[in-house]
Amino acid sequence: ERGHGPYQPHEPGYGLYQPGYSPYDDQIPDPKSRTLAIQNAKAYLLKSSTTSGLNLYDHLANILTKILDEQPTNAVDIIENISKDVKWAHFQKKMDTLRDEHEILPTFEAAEKRKALFLKANEEGDEELEEEIGETPLPNVMETAFYFEQAGIGLSKDESYHIFLALKKLISVQPIQTCRFWGKILGLEMNYIIAEVQYHEGEEEEETEEEAVTEEGGNGVGEVENEEEEKEKEDEPPKSTYKPPPVIPKEENGTGANKYVYFVCNEPGKPWVKLPPVTPAQIVCARKIKKFFTGRLDAPVVSFPPFPGNEANYLRAQIARISAGTQISPIGFYQFAEEDDEEEEVEGGRDTYEENPDFQPLSVAEMVDSLSAWVHNVQSILKQGRCVWLNPLQKTEEEEENEEEEKAEEPDELPQELQQEIGPPLLTPLSEDEGIQNIPAWTAQPSTNLIPQYAVAVLQSNRWPGAYAFASGKKFDNIYFGWGHKYSPENHAPALPPPVQAEYPSGPEITEMRDPTVEEELAFKAAREEALAAAEEEEEEDEEGAEEDEEEDD
Amino acid sequence: MEASSLPAALELVSGGGAGLSPEKRAVLGSSLLLLQRDYRFERVWFWGCIQGVCGAYYIAEGLGPDRAAPRSRLYSLNCVEWSLLPPVTEEMVMQAGRLKGRFQGDPSFEYEYTERNAEDAERLFEDGKEPMIKEETRLVATIEQIDRAVGIIPRGAFVKTPLGSVSENRNFEGLSLTEAKRLSSYFHFTEPVNLKNKTLLEKADLDPSTDFLDSLEHDIPQGSWTVQLEKGGTVVVLRSLLWLGLTFYHVPMTKQYGYVYFGNGEKNLDLPFML
Repeated sequence: ERGHGPYQPHEPGYGLYQPGYSPYDDQIPDPKSRTLAIQNAKAYLLKSSTTSGLNLYDHLANILTKILDEQPTNAVDIIENISKDVKWAHFQKKMDTLRDEHEILPTFEAAEKRKALFLKANEEGDEELEEEIGETPLPNVMETAFYFEQAGIGLSKDESYHIFLALKKLISVQPIQTCRFWGKILGLEMNYIIAEVQYHEGEEEEETEEEAVTEEGGNGVGEVENEEEEKEKEDEPPKSTYKPPPVIPKEENGTGANKYVYFVCNEPGKPWVKLPPVTPAQIVCARKIKKFFTGRLDAPVVSFPPFPGNEANYLRAQIARISAGTQISPIGFYQFAEEDDEEEEVEGGRDTYEENPDFQPLSVAEMVDSLSAWVHNVQSILKQGRCVWLNPLQKTEEEEENEEEEKAEEPDELPQELQQEIGPPLLTPLSEDEGIQNIPAWTAQPSTNLIPQYAVAVLQSNRWPGAYAFASGKKFDNIYFGWGHKYSPENHAPALPPPVQAEYPSGPEITEMRDPTVEEELAFKAAREEALAAAEEEEEEDEEGAEEDEEEDD
Repeated sequence: MEASSLPAALELVSGGGAGLSPEKRAVLGSSLLLLQRDYRFERVWFWGCIQGVCGAYYIAEGLGPDRAAPRSRLYSLNCVEWSLLPPVTEEMVMQAGRLKGRFQGDPSFEYEYTERNAEDAERLFEDGKEPMIKEETRLVATIEQIDRAVGIIPRGAFVKTPLGSVSENRNFEGLSLTEAKRLSSYFHFTEPVNLKNKTLLEKADLDPSTDFLDSLEHDIPQGSWTVQLEKGGTVVVLRSLLWLGLTFYHVPMTKQYGYVYFGNGEKNLDLPFML
């Protein structure tokens, strides 16, 4: 006898119902009509829908199966959603494989690239292995990441490790002497991971020809116009007297703002791209604009004043500014190489330093309390855009002392004589850094107040938000994570376009004047006649006087 | 981000370089739970950290049964002791909007008004003392502004019941990868402003239980969000350019999502110039 319908094997109650022992057995007055009703009801439920081909009976069975399998809490509240899900499951089976593969494809490719980092190159022999274990330019990224993590700064360990391996790959490809993970700059579409390297001496690949072409192309617009006008022999329009301001040459690779070479990549696993050296014009322009990075190195930088270069140049200029402003080290770690001649006129701003073998690290408390325990170890960039001042008007290369970029403005630069720009020498302590309004330039904190024995001294820059430095015993490092812009409490005010230039010098002969009115003309005529009459009278007197003189002479 | 998923979530938003030290992470695990017990919150969200000059504020939010109700906000200087912030009023937001510059890091610090207009001058004469704003007020107002402007959730994560209260959608299985890359799949988790202005055609496609908030598509200025795939394309990270430091993460096809703010607490008013 069927009571509540056939129990499926997986439903509880299967095999439990025995005819004659159900609690409702005695309540069935008319078994036949009840069974008939049940059969009718079931036949109705089994009727297939004309639109979808499902039938309610199977659907309800599936819903109940799902609920009993998953046992969600408060199933009655979400019963409609469960019903929807069961219906969806019918349709998803066929299209599933195709759509999934199509969707996740970019993820697979990225995973391939990242995995490639972990594969050890098969070409290495035993010799290279020994070399690696010895002195290697590869920085210990994980160690640095650990110290920064104590202060809450840094990328996840996964990403740090990927960057570690990517740097290793970079070193194996390029002849690099020192290498450092400089930081990460965020962009709109993609981010930049930046490595700061120094080549072995003499192993640089010079690409000066390409750069010279771009520089001339950017600055020589006035000159090109001149040439075109000279070609026309008939009716030459007046030649332009425009002389573009003298181009300040960029600093040599290996000195000043170009001391380090920077490589960037968008993600660890992608190939490293070398950034071109920075020119002073780019630095000067970068100070005036504020743009987000898109993440593509060849993107144009649309701004006013127009930036001479594309995003790669802008990135390099910002990196140069950030390095000059925020690369610091504990005092005493670096010292100047001792020389016999200490004539500052000849050496100018000392730009080289060496590690101090007798460095005694200060305690963490001291590093945090006073900012004079830290010094800048990168030359600051002058207003001119170089670290070492060069007078562009004179061809002599006199290197003289340099000017800090942040100091109050100099008196007006005379066009003929450019004043020398003076800046702080290398290894100046941070206490000399100016703050912004009433905020100090740096915020120093220990990484933890609870365990001072093992705390790490951490400095954050307030002028370049995102620049951090830590020191712990003999270890220290700098890093940058941010968008690549300077902090300014005032809103960014873009430079206004310069006033319209005068086409011609204006003088009285071409200045427009009002025509005299009739009254003025008559008055002028009358005045002139009076003057003439007065002059004639005088002449007559003179003539009379002269005649008298002549008569007397005779 | 949910307090319970804090460790995993911090790993996912660390692409911007900002995060928490192990000490803070460890203590937050317990102190947020205790907050939930003491204040009888149903959910506790770790909102983020506002960096001041001398110190930092760590902010947590507590939610009640209606997730869209105004949230209680708490701040702490060390992640151990939490203090409740006063509820925000429009006047606070207006006052704080006039302040510029960094947070100091001291909640009792008082700012002086630098700009005075006619209304302020009148008020000055009435009160007889200089109007000062405490940093606490500025903190509350800033958090409210950030939440209102850039606090986002994925579409479908919350449902509105017919009674009007909002709760988490238990059937939310995550956005697909294509959906996750589109700005229209994310909503501002605040009172909708533009919803009524949609055309009838658009409204017909909406599902009133899940589409009751403004989406990010029509944010002004356009391009004020960056959408990136990080970690080899497994996490979708949205960063706001209007409030630099706000990061939202979501792992497609899973229920993991959340947003956190690590920054200065200053609005990026230069945004139109920078795009």
